[in-house]
Amino acid sequence: MSLFETLLDPFQYQFFIKGLVAALLAGGLCGLIGVFITLRGMSYIGHGLSHAIFGGYAAAPLLGIPIVLGAGLWGLASALAINAVTRRHRIGADAAIGVVTTASFALGVALLTKFGNKGPAFDSLLFGSINGVSIGDLLLLGGVFLGTVAIFTVLYRQLLFSTFDPEVAKVSGVNVGLMDTILMVVLSMSILATLSIIGVTLVAATLVIPPVVARMLTDSFGRMLWIATALGTAAGAVGMYLSYQLEIPSGTTIVLVNAAVFLVVLVAKGAKGLGRTAGLDDHTDAPATGLVTAAAPSRA
Amino acid sequence: MSLPSISAATPLVEVSHVTFGYGHHPVLIDVSYAVMPGQFTGIVGPSGSGKTTLLKLLLGTEKAQRGQVSRAGSVSMSYVPQLETVNWNFPVTVQDCVLMSRPAGRPFPRPSKLERAEVFDVLERLGIADLAQRHIRELSGGQQQRMFLARALVRRPQMLLLDEPTSGVDIQTRHEVLHLLDDLNREGIAIVLTTHDLNGMAAHLPHLLALRQRVIASGPPSEVIVPSVVEEVFGARMEILQHLGIPVVVDTMDDATVKPAAS
Repeated sequence: MSLFETLLDPFQYQFFIKGLVAALLAGGLCGLIGVFITLRGMSYIGHGLSHAIFGGYAAAPLLGIPIVLGAGLWGLASALAINAVTRRHRIGADAAIGVVTTASFALGVALLTKFGNKGPAFDSLLFGSINGVSIGDLLLLGGVFLGTVAIFTVLYRQLLFSTFDPEVAKVSGVNVGLMDTILMVVLSMSILATLSIIGVTLVAATLVIPPVVARMLTDSFGRMLWIATALGTAAGAVGMYLSYQLEIPSGTTIVLVNAAVFLVVLVAKGAKGLGRTAGLDDHTDAPATGLVTAAAPSRA
Repeated sequence: MSLPSISAATPLVEVSHVTFGYGHHPVLIDVSYAVMPGQFTGIVGPSGSGKTTLLKLLLGTEKAQRGQVSRAGSVSMSYVPQLETVNWNFPVTVQDCVLMSRPAGRPFPRPSKLERAEVFDVLERLGIADLAQRHIRELSGGQQQRMFLARALVRRPQMLLLDEPTSGVDIQTRHEVLHLLDDLNREGIAIVLTTHDLNGMAAHLPHLLALRQRVIASGPPSEVIVPSVVEEVFGARMEILQHLGIPVVVDTMDDATVKPAAS
């Protein structure tokens, strides 16, 4: 086989084409929603949520519930529980999130080990896989992607305001609690839809790296949304292709491509670019950091 | 600005016998205070005296544990928080930031022509129209304060609440902010601000509320900036002089004078 044929070889397989489309959508979706997630200091929550959803993936087939429905409800319940705990600003809320999500993950591992899996393979849930992407998976991914774009378009200012300055947003008539809930629902649906492509353990990286790189390249929120989506999409496609050629799990290659892009931009932009990311994931009023500061009484 | 729906005698917001605390730590005890239309009040007190909490009760972002807070039905409020409450590295321009406070503007990210014109007018009035496309981190402290004011004013509020608007800005900016607030007040906007700066800020305002968990005194500076009140509120003995009819507080520091080191 010539080099050219080797390069084009994967495109003759339908499973690869499906995997590639899924990776494009998954990478772009994670990059897009990641902009809000990183600016709100919620990437730890994204990481926890993917672990929580894993429990739902393992439990659903045993209970005779369709995986997407079972894992979806499980993820949604975890997301809303985390949101509620975070908003109540109680001491130890981060610990509670840690307990809930890791316990859910452990339960998933236990169930899969004991009863075997009727759904996607164990490895592919952890690290992502090119195999077994169905038309149903693609429709789910496409639907979540379109839904997310629609929500971000219609609620653009409310979401932006409640991320930048929740207190003033509230006074200005934004329903900040509703915006928080909507973002948690969108996040959990995105993780659910991308889980088998990127994998439980690697989803957080695809949520974080494209927005951080985008932030290094622009000072504009609107452009950051575009760049992060485009980077995520490109990394998804390149990562999926490498996954096939190198026979490495797709989540791994997608994250490594993202990390390589990060390094290139870091070298090109230097310390100035990195300086722009200061405060990313460490926003004063973001729920995740609120957990830490909530222990002290608010300034009077 | 006319206020057709609210008569001059009805308070815009009124708190009566309000008590508030975080856990077992009381912040406000039995506080009563009414914001009247067109009023310009400075809430004075040291850190931890409950100034910001009182603002939040007026705004409605905190709920009183005891007592009542009532609002005139259609009152529109804008809030200017302290500068350090936001992440100045956040990827937005000055125009983006001001536009945010039109949340129900339209279901589309791009601002309309009318919205852009309104933002431009407000920014121009505050003297920062040329900075509209700058990233917020590139502004000086005084410019950041003006941007927050622009964000508040673009909502055309009847009542403007500001938390320590002159902390961390230079004397020149403090003067400008004070004059600007005075102009806005003359147009009919009720203004309530917090400050711990007695000489630079409080002494120049028409009405003061001295707060230390309870309301210690309320009235014009000549009645509030007096030795007995200032001592009770700030817990330190201070001398008060009169200069051109304005009280000037002098911290006597009689037992804490720093002496030059012996050489």
